[in-house]
Amino acid sequence: MRFDTVLIGGGLSSLVCGILLQREGKKCLMISAGQNALHFSSGAFGLLGCMPDGTPVDAPFEAFSALAPSHPYRKIGRTLCESYADAAVPFFASCGIPLQGFGRRNGFRLTASGSFKRAWLAFQDVPFFSSDDALDGKRALIVTLDGFLDFYPEMLSDGLRRRGVESRCVSVHLSCLDALRGGPGEMRSVGIARILNRETNWKQFGREVRALLDGEDLVIVPEVFGLEDRIVNEWIAEMIPAQVLYVGTMPPSVSGIRVQRLLKNAFIQAGGTFLMGDTACDPEWAPDGTVRCIHTANLGAPGIEADSFVYAGGHLFGRGIESHPDGFSDPVFGLDVVCDADRASWVERGFFQAQPYMGYGIGTDERFRGLKDGRTVENLYVAGAQLAGCNSLQEGSGAGVAVMSAMHIAADILKRTENVGE
Amino acid sequence: MSENSINHFEQCIKCTVCTAYCPVLGVNPAFPGPKQAGPDGERLRLKDKFYYDPSLKYCLNCKRCEVSCPSGVKIADIIQSARRRFNDDTPDLRDRVLANTDFMGKMARPFAPLVNKVVSLRPVKKVMDVMMDIEQERTFPKYRSKGFDAIFRSDFAPYQNRFPRHVAFFRGCSTEFQHPETGIAFVRLMNAVGIGVRLLDEKCCGVALMANGLWHHAEKNARHNVKVFSEAVAGGLPVVAVSSTCAFTMRDEYPGVLEVDNASVRESITLAEKFLFEQVDSGRVKLVFRKDYASRIAYHIPCHMEKLGWSIFTKELLQMAPSISLKVLDSNCCGMAGTYGFKKENYPYSQAIGRPLFEQIKSLSPDVVCCECETCKWQIEASTGYTVLNPVVILAEALDIEATCAANGGFVKA
Ligand SMILES: Cc1cc2nc3c(=O)[nH]c(=O)nc-3n(C[C@H](O)[C@H](O)[C@H](O)COP(=O)(O)OP(=O)(O)OC[C@H]3O[C@@H](n4cnc5c(N)ncnc54)[C@H](O)[C@@H]3O)c2cc1C
Ligand code: SF4
Ligand code: SF4
Repeated sequence: MRFDTVLIGGGLSSLVCGILLQREGKKCLMISAGQNALHFSSGAFGLLGCMPDGTPVDAPFEAFSALAPSHPYRKIGRTLCESYADAAVPFFASCGIPLQGFGRRNGFRLTASGSFKRAWLAFQDVPFFSSDDALDGKRALIVTLDGFLDFYPEMLSDGLRRRGVESRCVSVHLSCLDALRGGPGEMRSVGIARILNRETNWKQFGREVRALLDGEDLVIVPEVFGLEDRIVNEWIAEMIPAQVLYVGTMPPSVSGIRVQRLLKNAFIQAGGTFLMGDTACDPEWAPDGTVRCIHTANLGAPGIEADSFVYAGGHLFGRGIESHPDGFSDPVFGLDVVCDADRASWVERGFFQAQPYMGYGIGTDERFRGLKDGRTVENLYVAGAQLAGCNSLQEGSGAGVAVMSAMHIAADILKRTENVGE
Repeated sequence: MSENSINHFEQCIKCTVCTAYCPVLGVNPAFPGPKQAGPDGERLRLKDKFYYDPSLKYCLNCKRCEVSCPSGVKIADIIQSARRRFNDDTPDLRDRVLANTDFMGKMARPFAPLVNKVVSLRPVKKVMDVMMDIEQERTFPKYRSKGFDAIFRSDFAPYQNRFPRHVAFFRGCSTEFQHPETGIAFVRLMNAVGIGVRLLDEKCCGVALMANGLWHHAEKNARHNVKVFSEAVAGGLPVVAVSSTCAFTMRDEYPGVLEVDNASVRESITLAEKFLFEQVDSGRVKLVFRKDYASRIAYHIPCHMEKLGWSIFTKELLQMAPSISLKVLDSNCCGMAGTYGFKKENYPYSQAIGRPLFEQIKSLSPDVVCCECETCKWQIEASTGYTVLNPVVILAEALDIEATCAANGGFVKA
């Protein structure tokens, strides 16, 4: 079996790269071992929320020059990063995912604890503001659902009080959720969202909230709507005479799952082939050190050949890199993992401190081609959370690195095939 | 006990991803869901069997949870294996009737016209509904008086020796009893590309037995089949099935749930589409398609096909036909899950699960729907009115048989 490009991983980075290539007429195969980090998304994409030393960042692109030269943004370069950023919003819109943003500056997302966190772009139904004082002086009604434990109104209320936002917490009892509440299963965001997706049910919710409203300017509700289509969130907002804000809950993330589905559909619509629940393994190497073909757990004997391979297997969570007592490794290609040799420096004591191991990843050249024993593998690219050179959890740069590296790699692959054609 | 059923649950990192993909959880709140019924529940059950919850029977065994799990937990295997180990209820008459697809098929055959007529009569359906809890809204797949085996012996067997190489055909209960046309299409396809077909002394793969709690019987069938396959494989024959559920069960459920070792034959158990694609891909076989065959096909990937990960082969094969336009339907469960949807207590859930799929098919209004699983076929046909065909049947129809024979040294009796 032969493809132009085989992408390993089914997360944000792989999907962006795959859609761009497939839309340019490249025949792409995507192999995804399981679901990905989008399922835990806060609803916003981070580009650079703070510097590695913890200093907050308002103008991320201007801050790039202060990052280490090995950082993925530095490899791409500021100018190209800016043009990818400009392309990102129309790109996601073309996949059915409108995003909010404030140009070259970070915005502020309201979190479930009532604080504001810097981010680059946010899904349409996420409370996202140009400054962290957008809600100051307002009065809020915080609404939760009886029996739902993955959303903490009091914590949110305390957080808001610190910003001068007074609030009142209420809980509504929806009869449509009785069966779920009384059942043996867990009451999770997605389960609730599936029930509240039905018109009679979200209307019941809208009516109850309207009745509880007592002059508040804001209504804050957990994000348990809009699993299929975020239009539901807008309809509810129309029913309630106040500004309605949907705040993320404990995972799974309803909006993240929706976005993942829309991206996957866009890839398939463009003609891509998606293998869900399959694991790439056992690459075969050509004599010149490039990847000749890859196998998967399900497809068996015949190898899958391609001109180029994109490896976007995620970080430790996605199992794109693995840890052992004596180090870190790439389980598929055995590429070089950049990490501290000394075990004692892998972790910082404090739980909330930046963890060094979160910054470990696969080493690449300037074009994001993987390094194996220090030598560039000419046709194997590495994208997203798997890349060395950044601690995305600490910097708030996860989606930014995933999207920028994916766009950069797609451009490189397209350029390369153009050159061959000449 | 195997590693699968005992310690595997510890790989679960409690990320809750699986709960977002379970089709039952969306419609039946009495089901605890994959995470609780699977890894979480297993931890408790190992302490005390008291924690076994009978609502585990609502699990369709569709494997969608496993396909989505980022940590590779065999969630549904854990659930099925718990049912096997802890459920003491003896299956009732209804479950036995639904489970014994091969026995019932053989019993029904001599009376096929009568049986078909009788089970389709309103009063009889009503009685089955009341007495046996078999949902009266269901239409039963029709039994045929002449099974595939008999057709093969009279029409095809005599000339299979003239081919230089062969495959062993696992026909499965539905080909044998209800849809011999699928088997016939398979033989014509193979013969056209110059490959002979041998039948196996097979027993039902056991999927319906497992679903209905007849574990012992399922295990016996599994052992029998593995033995028969070993003989075929020793003779150099791959074992080729036409139903994705049969293939999946014999490859993965034998070791994963029934704890029957199939390691020596597992890699040789394949599906017609995978086998044929590999033949074409390696250049051993050439397919020539008819110029006058045009069809708009909607392809539904059955859950077990999704789990096998082999839909890519069907897709690639169908797209080789120049005048087939193929639309792959969104990944959804049809709700039937073998005998699940036949049971009165499951019927409304079964229909609710399948609704998004039915609606998508209706909105596309294709010429025909295609899928590799017969129970999906029954469910989709009954719920949408569209004809559903196995890809093998579509391929046999789309192929220019004469030209294909000429290209491969094949031969098909007119
Ligand atoms: C819990 C959590 C929450 C986060 N929240 C945010 C957020 O709110 N905002 C933000 O900007 N960033 C967030 N991030 C950072 C996140 O990592 C990036 O935003 C981005 O989603 C990473 O995408 P990716 O495609 O690189 O990797 P992933 O999304 O991790 O995807 C990797 C994929 O590769 C697959 N895979 C791995 N190995 C193989 C193989 N051998 N064969 C086949 N498939 C394989 C995995 O199964 C997985 O599907 C979060 C990360 C985590 C872990
Ligand atoms: S998806 Fe896998 S790891 Fe996550 S909760 Fe379910 S079983 Fe556990
Ligand atoms: S196998 Fe299907 S029905 Fe059973 S728990 Fe998993 S997803 Fe749900």
